[in-house]
Amino acid sequence: MDELVKNEAGDRIYTLNLGPQHPSTHGVLRILLDLDGEYIVKADPVIGYGHRGHEKMGENRLYRQFFPNTSRIDYLAGLLYNHGFVLTVEKFAGIKVPERAKYIRVIASELNRISSHLLWFGTYLLDIGGITPFLYAFDDREQILDILDTITGSRLTYSYCRLGGVARDVDSKFIDMTRAFLKRMSSRWADYEALVSKNVIFIHRTRDVGVIDEELARQYGVTGPNLRACGVAFDVRRSEPYEVYDRFDFEIPTGSRGDALDRYDVRFREMQQSCRIIEQALDHLPEGEILTPKVPQKLPVPKGEVYFAFESPRGLTAYYMVGDGSQTPYRCHIRVPSFGNLNVLNEVLPGTLVADAIAILGSIDVVIPEIDR
Amino acid sequence: MSEGFWGSEWFRLILGLVIVLAFSQLNALFLVWLERKVSGHIQLRPGPMEVGPHGLLQTIADGVKLIGKELILPLQADKKLFFLAPVLVFTPVLVGFLVLPFGPGLVIHDMNVGVLLVFAFSTITVLAILTGGWASNNKYALLGAVRSVAQNVAYEIPLLLAVMSVVLMVHSLSFSQIVESQKTVWFIFIQPLAALIYLIAATAETNRAPFDIPEAESELVAGFHTEYSGMGFGLFFLAEYTNMFIVCAVATSLFLGGWNGLFGISLGIPGVCWFLLKTYFLIFVIMWVRWTFPRVRFDQLMNFSWKVMIPLSLANLVITAIVVKII
Repeated sequence: MDELVKNEAGDRIYTLNLGPQHPSTHGVLRILLDLDGEYIVKADPVIGYGHRGHEKMGENRLYRQFFPNTSRIDYLAGLLYNHGFVLTVEKFAGIKVPERAKYIRVIASELNRISSHLLWFGTYLLDIGGITPFLYAFDDREQILDILDTITGSRLTYSYCRLGGVARDVDSKFIDMTRAFLKRMSSRWADYEALVSKNVIFIHRTRDVGVIDEELARQYGVTGPNLRACGVAFDVRRSEPYEVYDRFDFEIPTGSRGDALDRYDVRFREMQQSCRIIEQALDHLPEGEILTPKVPQKLPVPKGEVYFAFESPRGLTAYYMVGDGSQTPYRCHIRVPSFGNLNVLNEVLPGTLVADAIAILGSIDVVIPEIDR
Repeated sequence: MSEGFWGSEWFRLILGLVIVLAFSQLNALFLVWLERKVSGHIQLRPGPMEVGPHGLLQTIADGVKLIGKELILPLQADKKLFFLAPVLVFTPVLVGFLVLPFGPGLVIHDMNVGVLLVFAFSTITVLAILTGGWASNNKYALLGAVRSVAQNVAYEIPLLLAVMSVVLMVHSLSFSQIVESQKTVWFIFIQPLAALIYLIAATAETNRAPFDIPEAESELVAGFHTEYSGMGFGLFFLAEYTNMFIVCAVATSLFLGGWNGLFGISLGIPGVCWFLLKTYFLIFVIMWVRWTFPRVRFDQLMNFSWKVMIPLSLANLVITAIVVKII
């Protein structure tokens, strides 16, 4: 029998090629797993199956032409990438933004953050084998997509922000829908908590699984909820406030153990905090313009470089642009959180079971096309 | 025989087999539809609605589609074993119907070792799954097959121990006698622990969620039947649902009083209806559990069996034996 399970080198180890087509790799991730029975000896994530050359496109187009690309880098948080991009260029070119537009951007971004987290919530439970929460989460997410549809005209790739403001003003219908959604969610959290967060099987599947400690997180550049689950209260919205985030009262949820359950918990509470931000923004929504008039078609972009970081649902995301005085950037680099978050798997997966690998991969919430860009 | 062939035991058996085949197929089709409806309503959606009234004919349409599909043999797969497995998984399931008492006297062949026969044959399912997984020449399928064997070995023991406590009380392995002795009080009230252990172990035995780790779709794609297409997959599918019916029917006979009404009150409902009502209720419970809970992990599943279920069922058996001896 021993001869059957040994490879050429005489080890009892065999390789399982998980992905790129696999139900739980969330897109086109491929992980080469060296297994001893069901235990993982070595894990090697292979990326690059979703490469679309966004950075290069950014270097060949006008800033406003590249803008629609940004919502396609991370298709679950399109609006946040839009938002970050316009903020970068506004910082670069010194464009002023009206107050009302700033508030609208924050409301739309936070709605998008909740929708991204809700999708993660559903698919994570799907990874663990609970199929029903997926449909409940999507039912809630559908409300957000409808709300964003009324102001942006699309459901996934929004392209809503503009240099110097936003594309369309919000009306009373949008505000009513958003308030109704917040009311709906406030009763929903308790349901989710009772049915999922307190489920014995769920806790057993995630407690102490895939522990990322603070040191490891720093080494790999892990950010976002994954870092906060280790107990580091780092959130760009708080540490380097952009837009009007410094005017809102919200908490940065943190965990203590850095395991899958903590990551779940952090994201879960983040959705509630986003709801709080939206509520405050709606209460203080100022009247006025939504778009600065006379933003030139061709931007007078100076020579030099600009770096702008913002908080996407997956962590610290940043645009880094180098201008050479022409109409297009000389270099357009996008710092994506999923890259660091994914590669930490190299260290976390060995020693766990195949079932754990899926639970850990789901818990770090990666968007593969974002990594490949 | 004075009545000739028509009154003989042979005729009874052949007629029974025809009825069993027809019933098991229709029942499996109905259960697939029921599962989709139950899951749909649990998940805020209507389930199949298009084919037939409330989608009743949906599974027939799916069956026709499956029959029309090509059977794909993976490269370097073991051809004989690969095609043997789906047959092997479906055949033993049918044997269970032979000894199940649907009503008073309504049993195809009342054997004095009926209980033993059902469990002996249901064990063959594991062999079929191992065969299918091994012959597929696919690592996911092999992992699923290996998991399945470990799981079934671990859960057969508490399952049989739970059944043994009932057998000890009745002093018989015949289903009819077991049901007969529950005329006034169902055994679930005397043996609640055994009933619970049986239901949990049976869920694991039939590879149903939350114990569906041999086919855990988010980990192993489709587990042991990853490489099966067309009716090969269809037979695995039908076997799962038929198996579910057998397991629930056995539970009904052993713990829920079979064709007997509650506390001897039959409310004028015929015994067959009582039996089917309870069986389908148990099936509904198993479906309900599937769409409510996430999947357990493999090592947790094994620990649960060896450290909790087996000691509990053993203790239950010993206590039952002592009490039976004293009384």
